[in-house]
Order: sequence, then C-alpha cells, then structure tokens
Amino acid sequence: MKPKKARPRSSSSLPRPPKLWQLRLYVTDSTLNSVAAFSNLKTFCEGHLKGRYRITVIDLVKQPHLAKGDQILAIPTVVRQLPKPVRTIIGNLSNTEHMLVGLDLRPAEARMV
Amino acid sequence: MKTNHNKATTLAVRLPRCPTGIQGLDEITGGGLPRGRPTLVCGGAGCGKTLLAAEFLVRGAVQFGEPGVFMAFEETEAELKANVASLGFDLTGLVRRKKIAIDYVHVERSELQECGEYDLEGLFVRLNHAIDSIGAKRVVLDTLEALFASLPNEAILRAELRRLFRWLKDKGVTAVITAERGREQFTRTGLEEYVSDCVILLDHRVYDQIATRHLRVVKYRGALHGTNEFPFLIGAEGISVLPITSLGLNHKISSERIATGIARLDAMLGGRGFFRGSSILLTGTPGTGKTIVAANFAQAACRRGERALFFSFEESPNQIIRNLHSIGLRLEPLVKRDLLRFHSARPSLYGLEMHLATMFKEIARFRPHVVVVDPITSLMDAGTDSESKAMVTRLIDYLKGGQVTSLFTSLTQGGHALQQSEMAMSSLMDSWLLLQDFEGNGERNRVLYVLKARGMAHSNQIREFLISDRGIDLVDAYIGPSGVLTGAARVAQTAREKAEALAGQQEAARRQRELKRKRAALEQQISGLRSEHEASAEELRQIDEQVGTQTRLLSTERTELGRLRQADVLEAARPPGTSKSKNGNS
Repeated sequence: MKPKKARPRSSSSLPRPPKLWQLRLYVTDSTLNSVAAFSNLKTFCEGHLKGRYRITVIDLVKQPHLAKGDQILAIPTVVRQLPKPVRTIIGNLSNTEHMLVGLDLRPAEARMV
Repeated sequence: MKTNHNKATTLAVRLPRCPTGIQGLDEITGGGLPRGRPTLVCGGAGCGKTLLAAEFLVRGAVQFGEPGVFMAFEETEAELKANVASLGFDLTGLVRRKKIAIDYVHVERSELQECGEYDLEGLFVRLNHAIDSIGAKRVVLDTLEALFASLPNEAILRAELRRLFRWLKDKGVTAVITAERGREQFTRTGLEEYVSDCVILLDHRVYDQIATRHLRVVKYRGALHGTNEFPFLIGAEGISVLPITSLGLNHKISSERIATGIARLDAMLGGRGFFRGSSILLTGTPGTGKTIVAANFAQAACRRGERALFFSFEESPNQIIRNLHSIGLRLEPLVKRDLLRFHSARPSLYGLEMHLATMFKEIARFRPHVVVVDPITSLMDAGTDSESKAMVTRLIDYLKGGQVTSLFTSLTQGGHALQQSEMAMSSLMDSWLLLQDFEGNGERNRVLYVLKARGMAHSNQIREFLISDRGIDLVDAYIGPSGVLTGAARVAQTAREKAEALAGQQEAARRQRELKRKRAALEQQISGLRSEHEASAEELRQIDEQVGTQTRLLSTERTELGRLRQADVLEAARPPGTSKSKNGNS
C-alpha cells in the first residue's frame, strides 16, 4: 500500500536519477551479518547505481551515540539519506528484490511484494 | 554468570532488593524489586504503568543515588517529561544533571524494509551506551512490546528479547519492563515468558462509577510477598500503594487512659475514659448527637495539648464549628492554634481507596493523637461491603500502629439500632457507645449507654444525654416500675415524687398539730380538775375549822354550866388545857 504513494516520485526519478545516492550502513564490529551486509550492499550498488552512490559505514560499537539519530534498532541497517525521502532497510541485504523495493528502485515489483 | 547461580542461591540467601521509593510498594515486596533483575509491570491502558516505571527511576536517581535509563518506545522525550512533570518530577533537570538518560526508540514500520537476516544489536548498543554514559543502575523499557508492531519478523524479535533480558541481568541493572495486559496471559505478547523474576500486575476497575486502581505482585521469585490486590493511587506526589496493612496483630498497647471530654461518660468508663490507641465506635440514629460527642472528644484532646484530626464526610468544617458553637464548644481557637484540623470531603468525591489514601496522607502529615471519622458509614457507602470492611480494618490498623485513638461515628437508621455493617465493624472496635432516641409522651429524648468497652469496667446503665447551650450533660435516667423514663416523663416522675413527699410532710404536721391541741385540751382539763380539787380541799378545811369552833364553844358552855351548877365531880375530868384555852378564849 505504501509504494503506491511513493510511485509518482519514484517514477519521475526512475529514468535517470540525477543525484548522488548517499547510503549509510550501520554495523556492529565485524559480525557475520554486518560483513555480509557490506558486501551485499556493495555488489548491489555496483549493479544498480554504479558511479552514483556513496556508502558510509558506521560501526556502532565504536560510535554508539550515532544509533539514536537514525533510530537504529536492527543491525545491519541501511539508511538511504539521499535522495529523499529517507528509506530504511534492515537485514544482511541478501535479497536483491527486497533491496530494489526497499530503495524504491523498482516500484512495479514493490506492488506485487 | 550471575544468572547461573541464582537458582542455587535464592533458597539460602535473601535476594537483594532495589528499593523503589514508591510509597507502599516496598512494603508489599519486602524491600523493593529484585536487584539486578528485570521486573515486568503489566496492565491495561491507563493503569499507570509508565508512571510507576518513571517514579521508580526518578526516586532511584533522587533518593537512592542510582541513575537510570528510560527507554521509551511509545512517548517521545518531550511527552514523557511533560507527563511526569504533573507528578512533580523534574525529569529535565535530572537529565541535565546526568542522573537520568532518556532514549526514545521509534521505528516506523512503513518506512522499513526487511531484507535478510538481522538482529537487534542496535537496541543493545543504544541501551548499553545510555547505561554507560551515566553509570545507570536502573533501566526502564516502556513499552517494549511496541517493537512487535514495528518489526516484521516476530521470530527474530522474540529471540532478541530473550537475549535482551539475559543481557540486562548480566549487566546487573534493575530493570522495569512495562507491557500491555493480555487477554489470557499477563501480557499481550507473552513477555512474562522471558521475565520470570518479578511480575507486577496493575489494574483499573470501575465499581459503581468509581474507578480504583489495584496493584498485585503476581510473582516474586524467591521471596515472600503480599499476594493481595493492593489499591494504589496516583496523586500529586506520585504513586502510593495502599496500604501498608499490618499483616499481624502486634500493635503496641498502651494502658494510658484519656478523657472523653464528658465527665459523666468518663465515670461510666471506670472513671478514666478510653484507652489511648483504642478504637471507639459511636453509633446512633440521626440527630442523637454523634458529632457533638465526637467534637467533645476532639476538644478534650486539644485541651490536653494533643493534636486532633477530624474527618468529616457530611459537614464542612465551618458548619461544624458554627453548630458546635451553639452548644458552647468553641473549636475555632483550637483550629487557629493548629491543634485541631478538619478534613472534609463528600464520600462520593472519589473511591474508597482514594479516601483512605487521602486520610493516610493527612494522618501522616499531621501526626494526630486523636482521629475522628464522622461518619464512617457514609464513607462505607462508597464501596462494597467487603471493601469497606477491609478499608476500616486497614484504617484501624494504621491508627493503632501509630497509637492514635480513633473515634468513628456510625449512622444507623431509626428503628433497628444494629445493622449488619455495624455488626461487622463492631468486632474491630474496642469500645462501642450507643446513642439512642427514646420516644414517648410526645417527645424524643436521647440516651447513651456503653455497649462494650474492652478491658475496662464500665457502667451498664442508661444515661440520659442532654444537650444544652452549655454543652453535654449526662443524667441518670429514671428507672422505675414503668421502665426507663426520660425527658419530661422523668421530670414529671420526679415532680410527682416530690409532691408525694410534700403531702406526707403536711400530713405529719397536721397530725402533730392535732395531738398538740389534744394535749393542750387535756392539760386544760387537768388544771380544771386541779382547781376543783383545791377548792374541795379548802372546803374541807373550812368544815374542819367550823367543827373545832363549835366543839370549843360547846365545852366552854358546859364548863360554865358546871361552874354554875358547882359540879365538883366533873373538875377532875376536865382536861388541863381546857382551863387554859378557856382562859385564852375568854
């Protein structure tokens, strides 16, 4: 139901999203999921957003105070800060389809999901 | 590692407690929540879960020097501060002084996409960070279950919650986790499964349009605790759980006696009044003067320099003062000197528990020696029978615990003096005075008698109870062949007796007078007779004299004759004196 609302915006940005994608990946230390998430995210971005993305990795073990700002509960979490609106994906990002939906890159499938 | 040993040690060693500082809760739980363990507080909406948790934290920070972390899942920091500010808690200041840390956890499910495996390490990191940043000893998670609505994968969530509680224990913090009440289980999502050390249930029930909150310690592993449902309130100073019922009958007992303010009543009670710290029930039909006796009792206490607290559920303080002024009881100066305090409230103002709490609070604040509740019956109407009896029991226990002498007036309906509620109540009371109306001869009179007075000799007689503008007086009622007479009948009877006595006196006087008269008459008679007697004696003497004269004359004549006839013979026979007397007479 939610993607419906987001569709007009995403469809306009679909042909050629002009802006730089800023992604924040919250991890803790080097847990299995954290490591997997980083590599999955990297692969995904290389495949879908080549040259238009920047990933900031935040290790909450080292910077725990940053968790509050983005309301981080789950680890790993990816927060799309740009383009707006902010989108959040939790998990080790192993499912590409879910990634596309979560990042508003494929609205058509999102409806089916 | 701590948790591993817990089961073994609970039996031998008493669990250390973490005092909540919440009035009454520490008494029920025997000192507080289990230290270093999570406690589950569950209840329906509007039960006061958040407030209880917040108070636990604030009191910990303020009273016990234990900083705390409040992790809010429902309210934002600003909302929370505003909400507890109504209880007088300065959360903002505590946060600034690093006594309390607030973390608002909020996840919008619609903004969240799940993709692959994850855990809730972020929550742990945040909690850990908050705890370490202020050195927290206490943690509140309010309401953790909100996560179930935020996170799509329940399986992961449950696993993580289990881990969270274990982690909290390992961290050594005393945690309070609030949860919504479920239909068949304590919590909607079955959190009690993870928190097994202490479960507290809050409840909010409405009976007869009056809502009362209840608290019950459902479970407290390894500890004795009150399992009853305890009413609690949220007042201006936070939560107070009530009461604090003394679980045993081991009050300190005083043999000191205190005067009732009515000398004759003291006399009826063995001459010295009631025992200090005893409870007195004063029942009576409407208009028998219960309030007056009660006020006398309070005034007597004030005169001794003691403090008296007067709970009135029928009249306003000013009304009582005015009314009693009309019988010569001046309470105003006592109020001004703060020896006497009034507390008036309509019984229907709030529930029984709230009344009780207010009374406790007033008593604790004023620390009176004497408490009057006028009347207890109208207060009891605010609750069910069992509730009210429990309430009175607790009130009496509380008062006795503090050696406070208490007087409860009780209103009975005309006709039957002893009602069921009083029968129940009377067993709690040490002394029972009964004020009653006596009807007859077109008037209504008050009588008073002592129905029971534990531990003291007391009069079994009925006294007539008079109220005048000089106060109360007790007079002996007339007890005669026709029963007890009071009022005009008593006065009439006394008058009749007086008249009878008077008549008797008059009769005696009359008879006395008559006898006197009779005696006087007799005396008169006697004197008459005497004069008669004297008269006849005189007559007798005269006769004697006459006879003597005649005899002399005769003998003289005879001698003359003899001399004339020269009768010598008769010379010798003549008595010697005769010639002399003949000489003398001649």
